[in-house]
Amino acid sequence: MYPAKFLRVLVFLCGLVTAAGVRADLVIEITEGVRGALPIAIVPFANLTGQALSVDIAQVISDDLQRSGDFDPMPRTNMLSLPSKEEDVYFRDWSIVGQRYLLVGNITYDPQTQQNKTQYELLDVQSEQALVGRVISGGPALLRDMAHAIADTVYEALTGKPGVFSTKLAYVTLDERQGKPVYSLEVSDADGQRSKMVFRSNWPIISPAWSPDGKMLAYVSFESGRPAIFLQNIETEVRSLVANYKGLNSAPAWSPDGTRLAMTLSKDGNAEIYIQDLRNGQLRRLTNHWAIDTEPSWSPDGKSIVFTSDRGGGPQVYMVDVAGGRPQRLTFEGNYNARPRFSLDGNTIYYVHQRSGFNVAALDMASGQNKILTETDMDESPSVAPNGSMIIYATQRQGKGVLAVVGVNSGSKYTLPAQFGDVREPAWSPYLKR
Amino acid sequence: MKVLSLRNLLAVVFAAFILVGCSSQSTKPTETPVVEDSSGTETQGVEQSGGMSDEELAKKRRMEEMQRMEAEMAALREVRVFYFDFDKSLIKPEAREYIKAHAKYLAENPAMSIVLNGYADERGTKEYNLALGERRALSVRNYLEVNGAKRGQIDVVSYGEEFPADPGHNETAWSKNRRVVLEYK
Repeated sequence: MYPAKFLRVLVFLCGLVTAAGVRADLVIEITEGVRGALPIAIVPFANLTGQALSVDIAQVISDDLQRSGDFDPMPRTNMLSLPSKEEDVYFRDWSIVGQRYLLVGNITYDPQTQQNKTQYELLDVQSEQALVGRVISGGPALLRDMAHAIADTVYEALTGKPGVFSTKLAYVTLDERQGKPVYSLEVSDADGQRSKMVFRSNWPIISPAWSPDGKMLAYVSFESGRPAIFLQNIETEVRSLVANYKGLNSAPAWSPDGTRLAMTLSKDGNAEIYIQDLRNGQLRRLTNHWAIDTEPSWSPDGKSIVFTSDRGGGPQVYMVDVAGGRPQRLTFEGNYNARPRFSLDGNTIYYVHQRSGFNVAALDMASGQNKILTETDMDESPSVAPNGSMIIYATQRQGKGVLAVVGVNSGSKYTLPAQFGDVREPAWSPYLKR
Repeated sequence: MKVLSLRNLLAVVFAAFILVGCSSQSTKPTETPVVEDSSGTETQGVEQSGGMSDEELAKKRRMEEMQRMEAEMAALREVRVFYFDFDKSLIKPEAREYIKAHAKYLAENPAMSIVLNGYADERGTKEYNLALGERRALSVRNYLEVNGAKRGQIDVVSYGEEFPADPGHNETAWSKNRRVVLEYK
């Protein structure tokens, strides 16, 4: 056994298994739009830098807003004029074509600071008022980040909720083209772009979990031939082993304050939930039952843990006080309800429910009502966007593992297939500080 | 699961008998010492001659009986994959005699050890399936222990829904993937 404190810190070697360099970006395919989405015209930003830009900022913003399901961006080809600042806008023209909001902007380059400057305005077509007018700057490598930041601002200005376009996704790809399976833990932008390999192995990698500060991933790697829990800093790539007991070491889940890790261990006989304090390595057993107890998830207040247990005969969702005590069963409909995840406001639990196939369902904690959110056959591993508006989950399409996103309220859907092979085990990052 | 029909089983037993009879080197130290003069070609010719005493004949029969049983057990031990129903870890009745044969062998050969690899099909959640794969392997371990094997001889590891035996996405594939694979170390 290896308490975290005494662990050898293994420096992660890039490209350990196969050559690095091939990015595992995901490609977005929108499968279901939404009626009632807000019409918005995102006019191509005027490029005043004097050089070609590697990123079409307005297009990235438009794609972000469209994917959210809450917006219906106007196709560029239908635009009659392409204003880049408020004084060039004829509001009536936009009103006639049914647009409610307009985003205009331009990009300049300051050779002194070697920074791009993007100036943009969000306009209300009916009131002819500017809702937001801002300038953001950044180096040429940060154009995509700028675009996502603008999309976040627009989203928040018009929905009242923060946008999640600057957040990240973690996921695992499986590529078997070389005969031997290659599992790769990747982190990408929320739109699947700019993926970066975090860890690669010929052995399975499952259950990536973001630390609350978005700097670390906990995950289960079978690289020793058995499941063990590792922590890895995404930036520094420093990696450490936190649990490698006899039997299962799996299902890591960070406490909301980041000081503890709930996990499943079977060192004492069968799968039970434990809490390890990452500051001193102390381990405390939380559940005690001959049945399977696994898949813990913390409530946002850090006081409770929901988990899967088959103590009632089949897998069902239970909740227990972090201090201990008797677990309380939360799901009653159907024979299979598993892998619960709290929404960040604590009002909803998302989990996997079996009907004829397996689907993602939502349980409203106040009313006890549940609702099924997806309708393909093999939907699993739901993970909630930090603003609670979207759920990413793993499913299958034509026998291949793909990721899919569903809007919680909008019902909009899109999929994120891997370029090669399968992609699974998605985890949506928290908000990231910049 | 593939159940060996009686006919196939007899064929396997017969094949194993021939192997043992030819005193070929088995990779596992399973054989009780084979008495060479009872199986070599020289004595085959003598068998019908009636030149043996009653005592010799009885000894020979006992040897043959032992060999037959040993071959039968070896044939049973050839079955090293045990299948399970969806979300279940109960050992199916048809798997019992095979697991018992392994248990007997482990009891008779305390230096031998095995690893039980537990698996689940792809349906349901990954972490629950990882625990389910382990519980299936523990269920086989328990049955081995009840039948004479020692816990120290048995290692358990679960891969859950990873490494499916059949990569398909239908019940035929799933039924092959809900399994415990016994491996001698």
